[in-house]
Amino acid sequence: MAGIPHDHYEPVTQGEKWLHRRLPVVGLLYDTLMIPTPKNLNWMWIWGIVLTFCLALQIITGIVLAMHYTPHVDMAFASVEHIMRNVNGGHMIRYLHMNGASLFFVAVYAHIFRGLYYGSYKEPREVTWIIGILIFVLMMGTAFMGYVLPWGQMSFWGATVITGLFGAIPFVGEAIQTWLLGGPAVDNATLNRFFSLHYLLPFVIAGLVIVHIWAFHTTGNNNPTGVEVRRGSKEEAERDTVPFWPYYVIKDVFALAVILAVFFAIVGFMPNYLGHPDNYIEANPLATPAHIVPEWYFLPFYAILRAFDTEVWLVIAVDFLTAGIVDAKFFGVVAMFGAIAVMALAPWLDTSSVRSGKYRPMFKWWFWLLVVDFFVLMWVGAMPAEGIYPYIALIASTYWFAYFLVILPLLGVMEKPLPVPETIEEDFDAHYPPKGEDAGAAAPTPAE
Amino acid sequence: MIRKIALSAALVMGLASPALAAGKAPKVTDYDFSFEGPFGTYDEMQLQRGLQVYTEICAACHGLQYVPLRTLGDEGGPHLPEDQVRAYAEFYEVFDPEIDDFRAAKPTDHFPGSALENAPDLSMMAKARAGFSGPYGLGTNQLFKGMGGPEYIASLLAGYTDPPECAAESDIEGSYNKVFTAGGMPDECKYEDGTPKIEGSWIAMGQPLWGDDVEFEDGTEATIEQAAQDVSAFLMWTSEPKLNARKEAGFIAVVFLIVLSVLLYLTNKRLWAPIKRKGISPAE
Repeated sequence: MAGIPHDHYEPVTQGEKWLHRRLPVVGLLYDTLMIPTPKNLNWMWIWGIVLTFCLALQIITGIVLAMHYTPHVDMAFASVEHIMRNVNGGHMIRYLHMNGASLFFVAVYAHIFRGLYYGSYKEPREVTWIIGILIFVLMMGTAFMGYVLPWGQMSFWGATVITGLFGAIPFVGEAIQTWLLGGPAVDNATLNRFFSLHYLLPFVIAGLVIVHIWAFHTTGNNNPTGVEVRRGSKEEAERDTVPFWPYYVIKDVFALAVILAVFFAIVGFMPNYLGHPDNYIEANPLATPAHIVPEWYFLPFYAILRAFDTEVWLVIAVDFLTAGIVDAKFFGVVAMFGAIAVMALAPWLDTSSVRSGKYRPMFKWWFWLLVVDFFVLMWVGAMPAEGIYPYIALIASTYWFAYFLVILPLLGVMEKPLPVPETIEEDFDAHYPPKGEDAGAAAPTPAE
Repeated sequence: MIRKIALSAALVMGLASPALAAGKAPKVTDYDFSFEGPFGTYDEMQLQRGLQVYTEICAACHGLQYVPLRTLGDEGGPHLPEDQVRAYAEFYEVFDPEIDDFRAAKPTDHFPGSALENAPDLSMMAKARAGFSGPYGLGTNQLFKGMGGPEYIASLLAGYTDPPECAAESDIEGSYNKVFTAGGMPDECKYEDGTPKIEGSWIAMGQPLWGDDVEFEDGTEATIEQAAQDVSAFLMWTSEPKLNARKEAGFIAVVFLIVLSVLLYLTNKRLWAPIKRKGISPAE
């Protein structure tokens, strides 16, 4: 792979040479594992490994679940109970899969906000960022379809509400909705295709993950200073980096073990904590639950979807200007997908010449407000759309868009950034002074 | 979970919205069950008593269609001896499509479904009625107090009282229950905006427990509260038959991962020491 200069794999034995001439797979693995990685990465750089683990966990547990699951409206619910009661270890496998989805999203949100704070999306890592957003969108699709499979009340009604969104598209909406569902309503055809796609998409994600890694192995990792690794020579690069193996493998696996201890405590002691009780009632098209709420990880975007109702002047104006083609419902759908699209555009919306938020005094405040905004959206997404909540949702949604479309472009012009270290080595030495100068006084960094 | 967050967050914020107030959050008694907390397990004797209450009272209308009869003999459940499971199974008639007729059930069959159309199946009722949401709507106290489903069932079964005065003139059908909030009530019991003046509502199910409905073999006195808690514990088991095994697996995993974390922490510290100039000599 291109990128930071470093030692490459040299086959030594006859056997290695034989294989290397025909298929340089060992070399590929060596170069991937030994990639020079900035030596100042903090604990927010562990989420990639957690995410890779989640994908593997979901695929492995999912394949086993698929061996026992029946995608048919009359049998799906009972087959999940069969897994819970009769399959050896089935209850653990299912609870791991169920809560694994939540761990996946915890990690992906932490990973995304890490990227937003340290400017990981900026030149030259735009492709890595865009592929990441694509993976995130596919994850949401996969999780949504997976939630339909147990065929409980929330499965059914969640599917009805979400697929109904596509019905809001002008002119072709109804046709698209029917095409997605395989019929006029959520039914057996829907369950079958969702099962098929729920099995397929994780492998598409896995493919994109490889491209994601390929892309950032080409550009090199970002790091908390946002300063690039020096590439003038191998010696220079080595002063800024350590090889991924063993330094970051051990560090990441340590972080993963700590996170998994918490994860297994939830799976073992309160596995239904993040689920909705109504999903233990079999789907019934004739009985609508009192509140249809999506899983927690969809709530921020669900809040944005609902925020733009017919009371908002912007929605009324757009409705009027487009002669009713873009009505409130479609506006909400556009806003929800737009909320993700503006994230994808961050590399071009952020005009600052400084990459890391660490050296951007004004940006910091707006960024942390965005984090708070995200949690406010998550909270308000679980509230009924009445009383004060729609106003909160509207303000929070507006901030989400304002951050990307207004604040990021303006800050780059208005803000006076702090001085940025010349090199990664300089930053690292400031935290861990070289011996002889200030030995023993090495204060632990906040990151460690 | 989300609805629970919604409920309690609204209460915490003092922003109870009308839609939620239409059914006030039920006043569930927080009974202590043996299976709460990370180390809580089922009490075999209580499950057997609960099975008796279910069989003699609930089973007249309700069913347990997802529960295989053989699991009554499982460890971590009522743990009945094999011959008793077989004898118990014969108590039920199931339809066998192979002989196109009814026959006595065998341990490999499931419990029958509900006999009455409007009596819901109880297999997963304890999980479907989960409801504990504190503190601050986060629901994390489930870790120590359980998920609240069995507490709800027990509170409901013990929640039948005389109807409130506002219903004195009403001919509403069903029975008044102070815990059940999903049912109807006479207009006299509502304020003008439709919010209820009273706790609870009217439920179609007549009062099932009156005290001394069953005679427990182990000599436990069959008060309403006792029978209600025992059958709720039993329904928790039918919902979550692998609870004991799950907690054990969780505990082993957590202990293993903590030990692994400590080892990896030390490995990581030593590995990075020369890079960070921490003065620990690296292993050669």
